[in-house]
Amino acid sequence: MRAQAGMKLLTHNLLSSHVRGVGPRGFPLRIQATEIRVSPVDFNPDFVTRMIPKMEWAALVEAAESLGHLSELPRQLEEGYEKDEDFLRKVHHVLLEVEVVEGTLQCPESGRVFPISRGIPNMLLSDEEAAS
Amino acid sequence: MALPSTLNRYLLLLAQEHLEFRLPEIKSLLLLFGGRFSSHQEIHGKSPFWILSIPSEDIARNLMKRTVCAKSIFELWGHGKSPEELYSSLKSYPMEKMAPFLHSDTTYKIKIQTFNKTLTQEEKVKRIDALEFLPFEGKVNLKDPQHVFSVLEDYGLDPNHIPEKPLNIYFGRWIADGQRELIESYSVKKRHFIGNTSMDAGLSFIMANHGKVKENDIVFDPFVGTGGLLIPSAHFGAYVCGTDIDYNTIHGLGKASRKNQKWRGPDENIKANLRQYGLEKYYLDVLVADASKPSWRKGLFFDAIITDPPYGIRESTRKTGSQKEIPKGIEKCPESHIPVSFNYHLSDMFIDLLNFAAETLVLGGRLVYWLPVYTPEYMEEIIPRHPCLKLISNCEQRLSSHTARRLITMEKVKDFEDQDQYSHLLDNQFLPYKGLNSFREKYFSGVTKRIAKEEKPSQE
Repeated sequence: MRAQAGMKLLTHNLLSSHVRGVGPRGFPLRIQATEIRVSPVDFNPDFVTRMIPKMEWAALVEAAESLGHLSELPRQLEEGYEKDEDFLRKVHHVLLEVEVVEGTLQCPESGRVFPISRGIPNMLLSDEEAAS
Repeated sequence: MALPSTLNRYLLLLAQEHLEFRLPEIKSLLLLFGGRFSSHQEIHGKSPFWILSIPSEDIARNLMKRTVCAKSIFELWGHGKSPEELYSSLKSYPMEKMAPFLHSDTTYKIKIQTFNKTLTQEEKVKRIDALEFLPFEGKVNLKDPQHVFSVLEDYGLDPNHIPEKPLNIYFGRWIADGQRELIESYSVKKRHFIGNTSMDAGLSFIMANHGKVKENDIVFDPFVGTGGLLIPSAHFGAYVCGTDIDYNTIHGLGKASRKNQKWRGPDENIKANLRQYGLEKYYLDVLVADASKPSWRKGLFFDAIITDPPYGIRESTRKTGSQKEIPKGIEKCPESHIPVSFNYHLSDMFIDLLNFAAETLVLGGRLVYWLPVYTPEYMEEIIPRHPCLKLISNCEQRLSSHTARRLITMEKVKDFEDQDQYSHLLDNQFLPYKGLNSFREKYFSGVTKRIAKEEKPSQE
C-alpha cells in the first residue's frame, strides 16, 4: 500500500513563489485543492509551541479556511497560548493533520501555477521565469 | 597516579571505525547536552581509549544515547601503565565516591576486557583476584548485577606486534553503551526505498550528530533523493523535510536501485522509509524543487541542513535551465515543460548551498554536507567559506586511490545580509573552487588509467 502523503499547511506557510519580479508578494500561495486528506499525527505540544512564532498567522488561518478546515482556529494569536492545550491541539491539527493530496498552488502576484500531485508540490521554474 | 578528587573523569571506549569523524561527533554531542569537550590527555587520533572530564553523569548518559562512534563509557576509578600503577591509582580514588557502589546490599560483577590480545580464563581470574583489596561489601552476581565494573587492558593497535605487558590499564564503573546497534537496525540492506547513492547508516547517524540535531528541530535536506539522511534526524526526534530536482525519485517512480529488481514498488518512497522505522510522525513534506532556486519565504526556519549533494559521478548535477539549451540528456517532468540541464558547476552548487544555509538556518544552526575532493590537488583552502558560517570540522573518507569526500560541518554565527551572497566573488580563494568542476573528469581519468594498467599483458 503506497504510503499516502499530502502537503501540510505548515509547509505551505513557508513556501513562496520565486517568479522573477514578485519578491515578497509571492507569498502566500493560493491553494486550490481537488483532494484533501485528514491524517492523524501524534500531538507534540513542544513542537507546536516552537512552530507558532515561525508562522505567518494570517496566512495560516486563510489557508485553513480555504480548505474548509478552519476548525475554530482563532484569527488572532493570543498571549499565553503556550499553556493553552486546547488551542495547541487546534494548531497541531491545522499545521500537521490537514493535507493537500491533489491540487495547485498559485502565485498571488504573477498567477503562475505550481501543481501538487500525490501530495508533492512541484516548484520548478525555468531560467526565464526565475528570479535572478 | 593520583586523580584530583574534584574532577569527574570518564573513560570513553570508542569503535575503531571512521576514526576522523569521532572527535567532532563527541564534541558536538557534549555541546548539545551542556558540556564541553575536556580532556587532560592528548587525544590520540587512533586510540579507542579517551579520558574525558564531564561535569555530570547525566551528561555522560545523554552522550551515550546519541553516539554511534563510542561503544561504552565508564566512570574512571583508576588507571596506570602497569598493574602496580593501577592499584596505586585505585587506592587514591576518594572513598566517598566509591562507597555508594560497594554497599553490602548491592550486587556487582567485575569484567576483564582486553584489546589486541586474548587472555585465558585463568589469567582473567588472576586479575580479578588481584583486586581483592577493593572494599566491595556487596554480593557478586554474574547474571544480573546492579553494578558492573571493568578492567580494560590496552595492548596497542598493531595486531602484528602484541606487547607482553599492557600499555595502559583502566578500571571503571560501567555507565552506559552507545548507539552502535542503530547501524544494524537502520542498515540500507533492509531499507525499503534506496537510491544509487544511499548513505551507509553509520555515517548518516554521524552526520545528524555533527549537525547537533535535537528533538523538535526542523531538519532540511535540499538534495533529499530517497530520504536516507532524514531518517537519523527523525530517529532523534526532529521533524524532517526535503527537496530534490528529480521528479521520479521524489515520487518513488522509475527504475529500482536494487540488483534483482527492475522497477520501484508501491512501498518505495520517502514517507514509507520513515514508516518502516515507526518515524512517520516526523515526516513533514518533500517537494520537487531546484536547490539553486529555493522557494521559501524570507525567514529562519531550519535548525539543521544535512545533505549529500550530487558529485556528478553516479547522480548528475543538475539545475533547471532555459528553453534555449537543449542538451542531449534533456528530461521533462510530466506536468510541466521545465527542461533540466546538466550543466550545474559543482563550485556554483556549493556557493548556492552555503548562501542558502546562511539565509535559512537559525543562528547556531548547522550545515553538514559532503564535499568531493581530488586528493592529489586537495588543500584546506578549497573548503568553501562564507562570512556567516564558521567551519566546525572537516573529516575525510577515502573513496578511491585519488578521490575522497570530506564531511564538512559549519555553524551559522552571523545573521545574513544581502551583500553576503556575493562574498565568494571578493574572496581570493574563489579560484581554488574551480578545481571541483572537473572532479568528474579527474575521477574517471584515474579509473580509465587503472583499467588500462590491468589489461596490459604481463611483462614476465
